[in-house]
Amino acid sequence: MATTEQPARHVGARVPRKEDPAMVTGQARYTDDLTVPGMLWVAFVRSPFAHATIKGIDTSAAKAADGVVDVFTGADLADDFAAPIVCAWPIVDDIKIPEHWPLTKDKARYAGDKVAMVVADTRAGAKDAAELVEVDYDPLPAVTDIELALADGAPILHDDLGTNLSMTWRHSEHSPVPARGKPEDVFPAADVVIKEKYRIQRAVPNAIEPRSIIVEPSPAQGEFTMWSATQIPHIVRTVLTLMTGVPEAKLRVIAPAVGGGFGSKLQVYGEEALLLVGSRKLGRALKWTEERQEAFVATTHGRDVVQEVELAADRDGTLRGVKVRIVCSMGAYMQLLTPGIPLLGAWLYGGAYESDAYDLEINGVFTNTTPTDAYRGAGRPEATYCIERAMDALARELDMDPAELRRKNFVPADAFPNHTIVSGLIVDSGDYHASLDRLLEALDYEGLRAEQKARRERGDNRLLGIGLSTYLEMCGLAPSRVAGAIKLVCGLWEAAQVRVMPTGTVQVMVGVTATGQGHATTFSQLVADQLGVEIDDVEIIAGDTKQMALGMDTYGSRSLAVGGIALHLAGEKVVAKARAIAANALECAEDDLEYDTGTFTVKGTDKTMHVKEAAFAAWTAHALPDGMEPGLEATHVYDPPNFSWPAGAHGCVVSVDTETGEVDIERYVAVDDCGVVVNPAVVEGQVQGGVAQGIAEALYEEAVYDEEGNLSNGSMTSYLVPTAAEIPPIETHHTVTPSPTNPLGVKGIGEAGTIASPPAVINAVIDALSGLGVTDVQRPATPQNVWRAIEEARQ
Amino acid sequence: MIPAPFEYEVAESVDHAVELLTTREDAKLLAGGHSLIPLLKVRLARPGTLVDIGRVSGMVGVLDAGEHLVVGAMTTLSDLVADASVSVGCPLLATTAAQVGDPQVRHRGTIGGSLAHGDPASDLPTTLLALDAELVVRGSGGERTIAAADFFVGFFETALGPDEILTEIRVPKTGAAGTAYLKFHHRAIDWATVGVAVVVESQNGSISSARVALTNMGPAPVRASAVEAALAGADRGAVARAAEAADRGTDPPSDLQAGADYRRHIAKVLTRRALTQALS
Ligand SMILES: Cc1cc2nc3c(=O)[nH]c(=O)nc-3n(C[C@H](O)[C@H](O)[C@H](O)COP(=O)(O)OP(=O)(O)OC[C@H]3O[C@@H](n4cnc5c(N)ncnc54)[C@H](O)[C@@H]3O)c2cc1C
Repeated sequence: MATTEQPARHVGARVPRKEDPAMVTGQARYTDDLTVPGMLWVAFVRSPFAHATIKGIDTSAAKAADGVVDVFTGADLADDFAAPIVCAWPIVDDIKIPEHWPLTKDKARYAGDKVAMVVADTRAGAKDAAELVEVDYDPLPAVTDIELALADGAPILHDDLGTNLSMTWRHSEHSPVPARGKPEDVFPAADVVIKEKYRIQRAVPNAIEPRSIIVEPSPAQGEFTMWSATQIPHIVRTVLTLMTGVPEAKLRVIAPAVGGGFGSKLQVYGEEALLLVGSRKLGRALKWTEERQEAFVATTHGRDVVQEVELAADRDGTLRGVKVRIVCSMGAYMQLLTPGIPLLGAWLYGGAYESDAYDLEINGVFTNTTPTDAYRGAGRPEATYCIERAMDALARELDMDPAELRRKNFVPADAFPNHTIVSGLIVDSGDYHASLDRLLEALDYEGLRAEQKARRERGDNRLLGIGLSTYLEMCGLAPSRVAGAIKLVCGLWEAAQVRVMPTGTVQVMVGVTATGQGHATTFSQLVADQLGVEIDDVEIIAGDTKQMALGMDTYGSRSLAVGGIALHLAGEKVVAKARAIAANALECAEDDLEYDTGTFTVKGTDKTMHVKEAAFAAWTAHALPDGMEPGLEATHVYDPPNFSWPAGAHGCVVSVDTETGEVDIERYVAVDDCGVVVNPAVVEGQVQGGVAQGIAEALYEEAVYDEEGNLSNGSMTSYLVPTAAEIPPIETHHTVTPSPTNPLGVKGIGEAGTIASPPAVINAVIDALSGLGVTDVQRPATPQNVWRAIEEARQ
Repeated sequence: MIPAPFEYEVAESVDHAVELLTTREDAKLLAGGHSLIPLLKVRLARPGTLVDIGRVSGMVGVLDAGEHLVVGAMTTLSDLVADASVSVGCPLLATTAAQVGDPQVRHRGTIGGSLAHGDPASDLPTTLLALDAELVVRGSGGERTIAAADFFVGFFETALGPDEILTEIRVPKTGAAGTAYLKFHHRAIDWATVGVAVVVESQNGSISSARVALTNMGPAPVRASAVEAALAGADRGAVARAAEAADRGTDPPSDLQAGADYRRHIAKVLTRRALTQALS
């Protein structure tokens, strides 16, 4: 039964995505595709006012409408909740976290705040009846701008807190690891100090699949099954247990096919809790699917940060210190991770550079807006934008080439492995010069600079700009001890289970849930090589707390760097057990066996046994070693010893029409180092999608609130998500410095694109216009905003 | 996503449609639905009855009537783009229609719907204004013909009465005139921040007449009469100066898309570019 041919290696190959056929043929089933017998529909009544006292709610007309089963207000459900909506990241001891109920009782604090829940036998019926709920609002002045919210006399959202400032976190005071030095020791004596201020606009994540939830009760057992379009079924289960008192053992959460999340589904929403509580109260299955315009106000937003940065440097460009103060909008309430989002960038405002001193202050502010939370990159795009814009400003101040300034200050490759950066964290590995060199070569940087000069000299009204962005990010979230040290309530380990079936196929249970990233393909590649089976023989099971009870779910580019390692280590345990079975069957010592891609060979002989044969032997259990348990399976729970640290260099080439302000991206080149690449096609897809989303932030998207606090552009017509027509071809390249902290050498790639690209694009626009005296442009750099920047510089 | 309840009727003929418009409360015509259905979905439109004119015969297609083209109101924008008599007789109509929305919108959206909707950001009304087209409408009082200049009355407001249906559009052929429609927008799928349609007759570099109309520079499409006056009898060297008057007499909105000052600026740039293109 010896297998003689060498199976192909899958890791590193462009294996086509296993999950795509079902998705592109419409066979994948999303929550909204599902129906359970006897199911009722839910619609929510949401406040049309950004800030208003609720003086009364009359539900009688709605209750009397055809097909309406019940209508609930916050007061009606007061006894049904054990706890309000959970914020799991109180980043400082004295943080102010307001009570946040799924249905607000006293006041509406943003346009979209839920005030009542209607249950009816059809979806249209629920929606019609929601219009009949009469809420007596007493409108109050609203504040949506973060800086205005801190001004004297600003409307206060949470009267009991008495302030809109939730917290202040200072690196010098709160970081568990100290910075290399203090700004006050460096700035006074510095040759050059630059001061800049940037505003990162609010963004709406807009996953293509809106949220959708079904809860089906089994009243006789007291059990509930929830289907939800979520990134985090395990966390949803635990948090809902805390909020509703339904025991974890009685609550199964399933994330079926999920169409994107980008952080907006890294959340436990009031709607999830309400459907659970409602179905418990009524003993009926309930369903709710978010409407697109509802999603604009009801699903968490991202970014909305003002940054003030100072850099100190020597005349020759040597960076001496980085000092930053940021003010971030929390929105009206804290959601799951809201205050912690800026913290994910708190050690990265120094970029990939060396310097002597570092400090950062984060302020979290309440405004009458949809709560903010994770948005692809979470904290790291903000940090990268700040330092990369500031590095360009410093280059202009010193009259230095921006590539040269970066090169001069990069952490050198020979500082690794495990170099402590200026902010105090330990970075695993990297070669930043290599990425930048690769980028400059791919761009033909010298040629572009010559072309730029030529266009300027001939007075061309289409000016060329070259923008660079070199980034260092922290992913693979995260060592649980570190999570604890920075006050996250949970650990950030990950779990996997590998089971070789009697016929040699492999069942894999993972705790991380995909929302389109290609987990099934990447994980199958790992298992196929490790156990010597075909890709199609590997079945990946995820997103169901009943089939895989352990997991901390998907975010922070952790699925491969943490989940993949758990999987690899579970596989190692399977191989170890198979080795014992093979040694027993082949009558040799375990040490006499060589192992390669599924096959054990007795050294110096042609006697072999495959893992599949070991699995069959483990199933029959006729001749296992004494005392061995039947079956071939193993579980591993992995807690990473460090973050992983992807890095890279992105370059954007634009031409700017100086008459109209239009920006045309001529080229976009990405050089990413995400460690070992398991599937280049999947990695390119992640980079391209991420860059597209970053270009969207740089040039197109912005959530705009009017004076009354209404979202002015809460629709797909007015909120400008770019389409394929707007996104240029994205050239992708890689450098590889394997991570020394994990056995696969992987780092993560899910967020690199949104982290690197906004400053690359904006730096390019400013670079094009710098000859006209432009040093800043408001994000997004729409034609109008660019034109205004040019006009201002001309005056 | 979920419209308020409404009645639905299929009109068999133009007369039947007029009858339904007259007898039903809050009746509204449904053509391609690409303006109306989005409004229904967000409950901004709540008609009592939708009168579907998609199956009325004789309202689709383009007829060459010698001096002008007769375009049925139910002709889709993609049919206009592909129509041979349009590309020969009045290419401006096709180049304008080709810049509306995306292929899906052009396959469903009709010229009649696009005109009757009265959206100041729409492209075709501007072009028809520059072309001096006429619109033929039928109502309970019979048929009447309205000049494009009189049809677009204001913000989402036209000369159509509540019981009237637009049946066809008469578009003069442009012959040897140079024409262009330029649309300034941010994303490919966006409506015009500003648009400009030009029809210029010239000989040996000397301009005998120019007609210039603007999109989204007021509550309804407007003629840039100061530009037209400056160009009549001038030579092509006058274009740049004349275009500086493009915003004269306009009343552009300030909205999320752009401020009025930016629109004024873009109108000038775009007018210059469109005239230059039409003359080349
Ligand atoms: C995504 C998207 C992008 C778009 N982009 C653009 C753009 O860039 N430029 C642009 O100009 N337009 C744009 N549009 C609008 C589109 O061109 C119009 O929706 C379409 O042309 C209108 O025609 P319709 O047949 O769909 O009209 P409908 O939506 O069916 O009707 C529109 C209105 O006209 C009335 N009506 C329709 N036919 C008649 C008739 N024969 N007589 C009297 N009244 C009538 C209806 O009662 C209704 O009030 C876009 C639309 C969408 C959805």
